[in-house]
Amino acid sequence: MSLLAPEWTAILYLIAAVCFILALKGLSSPRTARRGNLIGAAGAFVAVVTVFLSARLENIPAILVAIAVGSAVAAPIARRVQMTQMPQLVALFNGVGGGAAALVALLELGHNADPWVRVAVVFTMLIGAISFAGSGVTVAKLQELITTRPVIFPGMRWAMTAVLLAAVVAGGFVVATGSGGWAVALLLLGLAAGLLLVLPVGGADVPIVISLLNAFTGLAVAASGIVLDNLLLVVAGTLVGASGTILTRAMASAMGRGVSGIMFGAFRGGSTAGSTTQSNRPVRSSGPEDVAVLLAYAQRVIIVPGYGLAVAQGQHTIAELATTLAARGVEVDFAIHPVAGRMPGHMNVLLAEANVPYESLKEMAEVNPEFKHADVALVVGANDVVNPAAKSSPGSPIYGMPILEVGQARQVIFLKRSMRPGFAGIENELLYDPKTSLLFGDAKDSLTKVLGAVNAL
Amino acid sequence: MDPITLLTVVVLAVFVGFEVVSKVSSTLHTPLMSGANAIHGIILIGAILVAGQTTEAGLLVVALIAVVLATANLVGGFVVTDRMLGMFRGRKTTQPTAPTAPAGEGK
Repeated sequence: MSLLAPEWTAILYLIAAVCFILALKGLSSPRTARRGNLIGAAGAFVAVVTVFLSARLENIPAILVAIAVGSAVAAPIARRVQMTQMPQLVALFNGVGGGAAALVALLELGHNADPWVRVAVVFTMLIGAISFAGSGVTVAKLQELITTRPVIFPGMRWAMTAVLLAAVVAGGFVVATGSGGWAVALLLLGLAAGLLLVLPVGGADVPIVISLLNAFTGLAVAASGIVLDNLLLVVAGTLVGASGTILTRAMASAMGRGVSGIMFGAFRGGSTAGSTTQSNRPVRSSGPEDVAVLLAYAQRVIIVPGYGLAVAQGQHTIAELATTLAARGVEVDFAIHPVAGRMPGHMNVLLAEANVPYESLKEMAEVNPEFKHADVALVVGANDVVNPAAKSSPGSPIYGMPILEVGQARQVIFLKRSMRPGFAGIENELLYDPKTSLLFGDAKDSLTKVLGAVNAL
Repeated sequence: MDPITLLTVVVLAVFVGFEVVSKVSSTLHTPLMSGANAIHGIILIGAILVAGQTTEAGLLVVALIAVVLATANLVGGFVVTDRMLGMFRGRKTTQPTAPTAPAGEGK
């Protein structure tokens, strides 16, 4: 039995859709972001209650158990995950959403004879499967289960072409015959396409791919709305597809990349491969005491935090160091590269967690002119985002990416684990500059030692 | 669904999607992506409809898997986004809320 008249169902779905629009709107501004997210969650809750009241459903107990299981798995992970691992988690949630959409379309195939609806079924399955497999690869790359470097094998381009052609053929058969066997074949081809699409992407570009796959899942959900004749799915999916596309472009431009260059750059030949050679040129290595003196007697210090800081869980120590220096009269700012960490805005989250005042976090455009007035630029666990190769060597994989101009500061200090090149796998000329000194070691250990040395001065 | 109505809805939704996020600072890219990610977890209602309309055991299992996956997307997405944003706001709200906390306990 259905408790709700179709009109009421439509109105409640409309309310949910409005909630989603308000959620995206709210998330675009720092003051309203959290409320926006809660409005989105409220909209989702309304929609889920509505679906139970509006349609004649069998198996309700089993469905409720499945929902409980999904929540019981996802909510604790979401609450407990280390903030450094958050990009993986977002990718994972995105992937399972795409997988769910693909399964829904697969199951609906038998109920639909209309060829246009079957086209929507094919689209949902293909895009959902690509998003599922592609997100899986991004999770593996970010978690460093597989290499973060582009994975390319000879003939990959042909493999991709063959898979896509086969998917078109399988899709054609699905539309023509509605056969479940072809549909399963299509799903498998979608999974293969997802793998082939994301494997060649270099580590530093993975966040952009996550955002792109997020938009893909949105489109798959929109198409599933056509399959199920459900307007809310169409609207919500389209919203995410459209906003996800804009967001992907914004992220790519923050890194000075084009989206197609990221996705297909490796296919075109080696451009994202970079150099792995470690040269044996001399660098100036110094101890924590030297670093402490440089920092404590500076007028102005700009700290450039990177992923290494987050990995070492050093954000609290660096916050303490900044406070200590400020107490000694040193002017301290944090320069945040748009892609510091593993995702745009990731570093802001990490430093906010460590109670660094929002005002001392400076965005790149704001802080770059200030480096020439800085006595010391302290680079902690960052490499690619300060690598001058992005400006000077056109052959470099990161060429064109805007960087933080730490080279203009009077002194540059790098806290690094080793001379190993950064996530993008490129050497940094700045490390060999005469005004650069390096303090090797885990970022947190080094910072603790430097902090101790500053306090002892 | 009438194809023209559908097209109208899709086109309007595309424009709304473009507009609402067109000017967002890079600081909020990650939470916004995460929030959008949570929203497409609404595929859950599709999964519920499919699971509620099937009578065959094998298909029901697949549909329930879809329900679990979609719930993980929806619930996990909103929770992790909230957690991220809580870190931005936490510092500023701790001071004002600290004095009111004992009053809340007194109720």
